[in-house]
Amino acid sequence: MSSEIDTDFEPVIGLEVHIQLKTQSKMFCGCERAYFDTEPNSHVCVVCMGMPGSLPVINRQAVVYTVMAGLALNCNIPSEAKFDRKNYPYPDLMKGYQISQFDQPFCEAGTLTIQTDDGTQRDVQLERIHLEEDTARLIHRSDSEGSYSLLDLNRAGSPLMELVTKPNIRSAAEAASFLKRLRQMARYLDISDANMEKGQLRCDANISVRPKGVSELGTKVEIKNMNSFRSVQKAIDYEISRQISRIKNGERIIQETRGFIDSTGETISQRSKEGASDYRYFPEPDLPPLSLTDTFIDEVRSLMPELPNSRLNRFTDEYQLTPTEAITLTDSKARSSAYEKALQADETVDPREIAKWFIGEVAKHINELGVDAELSDTKVTPQQISRLVKLVELKEITNNAGREVLSEMFAGGREPEDLVKSLGLKQNNDAEVLESAIKEVLANNPKAIADYRGGKESAIGFLLGQTMRATKGTADANIVRELLLTLINN
Amino acid sequence: MMAGLDIGSSAAQHATNFRSNTYTPTDLFKAVSAKITIQNKNLNAFISITDEEALKAAEVATQRIKSGENGSLLGIPIAVKDLLSTAGQRTTAGSKMLENFIPVQDSTVVQKLKDSGLVIVGKTNLDEFAMGSSNEYSAYGPVHNPWDLSKVPGGSSGGSAATVAARGVPLSIGTDTGGSIRQPAALCGVMGLKPTYGRVSRFGVVAFASSLDQVGPFSRDANDMADLLQVIAGHDEKDSTSSLEPVPDFKSTFNRGFDGIKIGIPSELLQEGVEDDVLESFEHAIDEFESRGAIINRDISIPSIKAALPVYYLIAPSEASANLARYDGVKYGFSVLDGKNAEEVMSASRGMAFGPEVKRRIMIGTYALSAGYYDAYYLKAQKVRTVIQEEFHTALNEVDTIFTPTTPTTAFELDSKINNPIEMYLNDLFTLPANIVGLPALSTPCGFSGDLPIGLQMIGKAFRETDLLGYTHAYQSVTDWHKSEPTDR
Repeated sequence: MSSEIDTDFEPVIGLEVHIQLKTQSKMFCGCERAYFDTEPNSHVCVVCMGMPGSLPVINRQAVVYTVMAGLALNCNIPSEAKFDRKNYPYPDLMKGYQISQFDQPFCEAGTLTIQTDDGTQRDVQLERIHLEEDTARLIHRSDSEGSYSLLDLNRAGSPLMELVTKPNIRSAAEAASFLKRLRQMARYLDISDANMEKGQLRCDANISVRPKGVSELGTKVEIKNMNSFRSVQKAIDYEISRQISRIKNGERIIQETRGFIDSTGETISQRSKEGASDYRYFPEPDLPPLSLTDTFIDEVRSLMPELPNSRLNRFTDEYQLTPTEAITLTDSKARSSAYEKALQADETVDPREIAKWFIGEVAKHINELGVDAELSDTKVTPQQISRLVKLVELKEITNNAGREVLSEMFAGGREPEDLVKSLGLKQNNDAEVLESAIKEVLANNPKAIADYRGGKESAIGFLLGQTMRATKGTADANIVRELLLTLINN
Repeated sequence: MMAGLDIGSSAAQHATNFRSNTYTPTDLFKAVSAKITIQNKNLNAFISITDEEALKAAEVATQRIKSGENGSLLGIPIAVKDLLSTAGQRTTAGSKMLENFIPVQDSTVVQKLKDSGLVIVGKTNLDEFAMGSSNEYSAYGPVHNPWDLSKVPGGSSGGSAATVAARGVPLSIGTDTGGSIRQPAALCGVMGLKPTYGRVSRFGVVAFASSLDQVGPFSRDANDMADLLQVIAGHDEKDSTSSLEPVPDFKSTFNRGFDGIKIGIPSELLQEGVEDDVLESFEHAIDEFESRGAIINRDISIPSIKAALPVYYLIAPSEASANLARYDGVKYGFSVLDGKNAEEVMSASRGMAFGPEVKRRIMIGTYALSAGYYDAYYLKAQKVRTVIQEEFHTALNEVDTIFTPTTPTTAFELDSKINNPIEMYLNDLFTLPANIVGLPALSTPCGFSGDLPIGLQMIGKAFRETDLLGYTHAYQSVTDWHKSEPTDR
């Protein structure tokens, strides 16, 4: 769809991303935060229910996570931050205001490197990262008793980290790349699972378009309700085209909020922003401002795990992987960690060989389980993979046999050594055995021999394949080929 | 009544009598309960009288005393303002909005009272959500002043002041956002203390203005007050604004006497609208201190002190507008159920269940926080607040304490000011500054105008309640104003 976008116009996109933090407890109370798949209203207390007289207490872990994200994204961490009340009445907001941060967030500015449409890398500038509390979940129902809404407070008061970019994203693909890199960062830091489908990572986009070369910004439209990377791309592309065609038709862009409808791929108007809501922000009097000392920031820094870039560099330096191999492996923290576990299992196995297996065959099996699947979702361990690669490296089995063993490992979780035995895949290059197999193949395929002798070189490939099949892939193809040629030519 | 049992004794005297086995906490509770029930017909000081649970608490206290336990307030009856959450006992905040609201958890202060064995005999009447200076804005009817039933008791902690004044209970708990403990204490002729902001936990106290609210004790003398403050003071991890400042022995200054107390009087404040009798009693009190060795400084100046009133009436309503947003008729409390949608339910419920003063303050606060007005009102008020804080700090470098009358007038007629909010607000002129700057301040009786008591206010340095209690103890040891009681109600 992006190919349809008129190149006389330039899209200007800014993102607002909410990330649910994986803290032990909620943002301002001691309730357990993990509520997914639990009984509605089972993770609640007077504080997250907004009962009269209840008071918030800041969750230090959430602050640590947010500052950690800020450090990873090159933000400035100010020496003082504070919380504010954002006032708006809605049934999902227990106190009638949300505790958020207005003018003194935990992180300011910052950058995140993304991949642009032409494959180069570019920094997207961040405006800020702040911390706030999530709302309750409203469930709208309609049945014989009429239509009504139910309220589940388990989510109410969970910590949400909001990241706002400057409007310097230029395409839907860039926006998607930004979100993927951000998710990668969140997972590396282990501050969130950042799963869009589970609402752990939510994204709104502010989009405007302007004629190329014009510096003034067009009227922006806010797009909501994008619940996957795919829908972010579709929604942004749709909205850019919609705005360009309106402008070309001489129509005005209305400042509004539009919702993305997944089934139609369109955005539809939800509410006009002309009479923008006034949130009447003011400093939260129940929470004194927080001072973020150098000692605290150093402590957070010391808690930070290895980031994608440094792991990538380490992989090329220590394990002599190609940049492409290293990028592919480090894309997922879990996958690159599994790779390193495999290396640790037996240091005599060549890291580059293990990398090739992880990127090729192992990835193929994992991806069959879904986009976000990891090795840990399967029955296979990194140690088993190491042992399998070692069997190939020692020529105990051939590459082909290794692939077959791996398939069986993913299917049934059995040990590679057992599978080699039970499937009879141990490499066997015994000349006598091979000769008798080849002779049988030759005896059964006089036409192929004739073709070959008539100058058709490719016939040898067919004969090779027949022999490999006859030996169940236990023979080395090169040895078989040489022997085959010798026998035919004799 | 049981021989030797005088309900009107101080808490300390009751404690002595418990130890000498003259009577038990159970005996005292029964007598108190009967008395406040009868008094309530005239005074309307209580919204709820909590018989069953209180009797159990009294019986437990009786056992604890029998087994030799020694808590200073163990078994003492106490009344608690109906703004503090009590688990399983309804907490109305004086509002129709919460007429059937039963908290699931005790406020920290109530928990501490229970832990120390005090017997909570009831929840006292107050202006709705603590907004008011006369107790006439209660959805449960006005409280009457025990000295003259046609007069107001002051507010918002009117019920807590009135029942201590009427010798119903020796102690009570109030809250003070702009004078809501000190003003009714003065008007009812008892002692009331607003501790330093952060000295006492606000957890579980229905919030009015979070940066100004503070829980504090009522009593009749400094000795009982020190004991009660000792029980309720201290850091609470559930209240991030509660202080880590160590809690001292609040009686440690009881032997200091008058010598060398440096008392400042902000003369600029006394020039306007103070009744002659009030001024005269105030000057007499100053003389008592001066003649016994205190040093009076009439030159201290807090130039911006008059700005405390407008500052207060911007900050308090602003915070209140957010604090009261949770009462929406959807989750708990009063609800008009037949709205077409959530918005209709919200506005109809709030429209019906909030009283006029609450609505007025929500509107003022919402306005002051609105885009385009925030800088001119809320933000400016915060800046002026800082200026006033600095001026107090400077003044309290020169003197140990600042004395003023607690209120410009004695108790006024019921219904006389209810239609004139500005005049009502002016009654808090002397008490507001301590909330604005967060300093401790107390009121103690210092005279009468006719039958009506007059209060002396002392403002102290941050976390130096001990100083104020020491001065008061000295003053009460040479005067009897605090011993006067209204004719039996």
